[in-house]
Amino acid sequence: MRRVYLDNSATTPTRPEVVEAMLPFFTEHFGNPSSVHSFGRDVSKYITESREQVAKLIGAKDSSEIIFTSGGTEADNLAIIGIALAQKNKGNHIITTQIEHHGVLHTCEYLKKYHGVEVTYLPVNEYGQICLQDLENAITDKTILITIMFANNEIGTIQPVHEIGNIARTKGVLFHTDAVQAIGSIPVNVQEMKIDMLSLSGHKFNGPKGVGALYVRKGVKLVPHMHGGAQERKRRGSTHNTTGIIGLGKAAELAMADLDEKQKKLTVLRDKLIKGIEERVPEIILNGHPTERLPQNVNVCFKYIEGESLLLNLDLQGIGASSGSACTSGSLDPSHVLLAIGLSHEVAHGSLRLTLGIYNTEEEIDYVLEVLPGVVEKLRQMSPLYNATK
Amino acid sequence: MYNEKVMDHFQNPRNVGEIENPDGSGQVGNPTCGDIMKITIKVEDGKIVDCKFKTFGCGAAVATSSQVTEMVIGKTVEEAKKITNKMVAEELGGLPPVKMHCSNLAADALRKAIADYLGEDFTEEEHDHHHDIEED
Repeated sequence: MRRVYLDNSATTPTRPEVVEAMLPFFTEHFGNPSSVHSFGRDVSKYITESREQVAKLIGAKDSSEIIFTSGGTEADNLAIIGIALAQKNKGNHIITTQIEHHGVLHTCEYLKKYHGVEVTYLPVNEYGQICLQDLENAITDKTILITIMFANNEIGTIQPVHEIGNIARTKGVLFHTDAVQAIGSIPVNVQEMKIDMLSLSGHKFNGPKGVGALYVRKGVKLVPHMHGGAQERKRRGSTHNTTGIIGLGKAAELAMADLDEKQKKLTVLRDKLIKGIEERVPEIILNGHPTERLPQNVNVCFKYIEGESLLLNLDLQGIGASSGSACTSGSLDPSHVLLAIGLSHEVAHGSLRLTLGIYNTEEEIDYVLEVLPGVVEKLRQMSPLYNATK
Repeated sequence: MYNEKVMDHFQNPRNVGEIENPDGSGQVGNPTCGDIMKITIKVEDGKIVDCKFKTFGCGAAVATSSQVTEMVIGKTVEEAKKITNKMVAEELGGLPPVKMHCSNLAADALRKAIADYLGEDFTEEEHDHHHDIEED
């Protein structure tokens, strides 16, 4: 059976070049980079190279500003908890949004529950963007951190990061951004955008799983959350995940070299997919921003049907996608992002997310456009809601 | 996640549709939690001779609806009244635990349709609609 993978925002396949770069670090260069001897020093040099590649990809001034982590979620935790503890004496207020990844939302809830931190959750408009005036109004003399995602993982909406950076810098508040979905898809420059901290994850841009990084601008102090070693300039104890870090560095190098091309290619595929769905299936809603949107993201609600049924049917035809329906989130409520942009529960249950990657082809999009309308129609014919309105 | 029998009912649902001028009709669930089932029945000489369903919901919701229609056709109204959600799930060879409460409503819809036919009051089975985490 034909198989088409359209869930690249969940994870991407590791590029063969990346795997190849990693392999010698399992066997040949196996030393602990913290060791004094040649086995360790030998590896340490490559870790530094990886650090430089990651720094370059995000426009950091110095590679010492990169802390390697186990992924995006850990980077979010380290940034938010690290600042909350370090700035305890300055204040206890964090500003975030209603549509963050749970890596940010649950960390904020933890701080609220156990450390008495106050959290403001900014609302978003129908396209998923915050209002800058809301942000300015929310800042108080107790505000220690603004954490707003670069681009949303579900609906692909890109936030006005430049402007947020300006506001934060002017008000003297630190700005962290979860850029897990943006890195490797659109240009990101921490210096130009006045970003103080940034989370990224390797496996979202064809690197390996289990490795990510937190950028921390020089001069920003945070309390580490992993204790037990002097690694990462005492900001994250634990033996280096050497193979992962090498893979991340290689993925960063390739992502930077291919960024323009990838952005163009995915934008073409994305727009073909959106247009194709709009032409073939009636009564749909495109979720997210029409233009300020990640090149890999398509998110559509099909009225009168439910997301899990849709995913199962697509899976039977070899298409891998995801949904924000309750059944796929493991809770009773559909996606918090879809509710935050103002969708009703009923409509949010019928969402489908198709996310593109570097290996997708136009032919695959044609296949999806061939299969999807029939699947939607089959489910609609089965739906009591469909008839009720016809 | 789903067993073969559930997937078979999901892929090839039996008795989809709505009986015209049914003898009984029952709809349960609500759009908020993402599952709505509507069952219509035709009754002749105290026996259910036809049963059709329409469902908005996940794989388990579709499969249980399809299953209940198969279980009920040919049964007397009195026999059909005794079918529970649990029996439907068992007939399917089991459902994932998380689906047992939220999407397993097909027997409710059937009993509501029977109550409609008999002109009786209908009370839903007890459901835990706040299944926060059901670790297995």
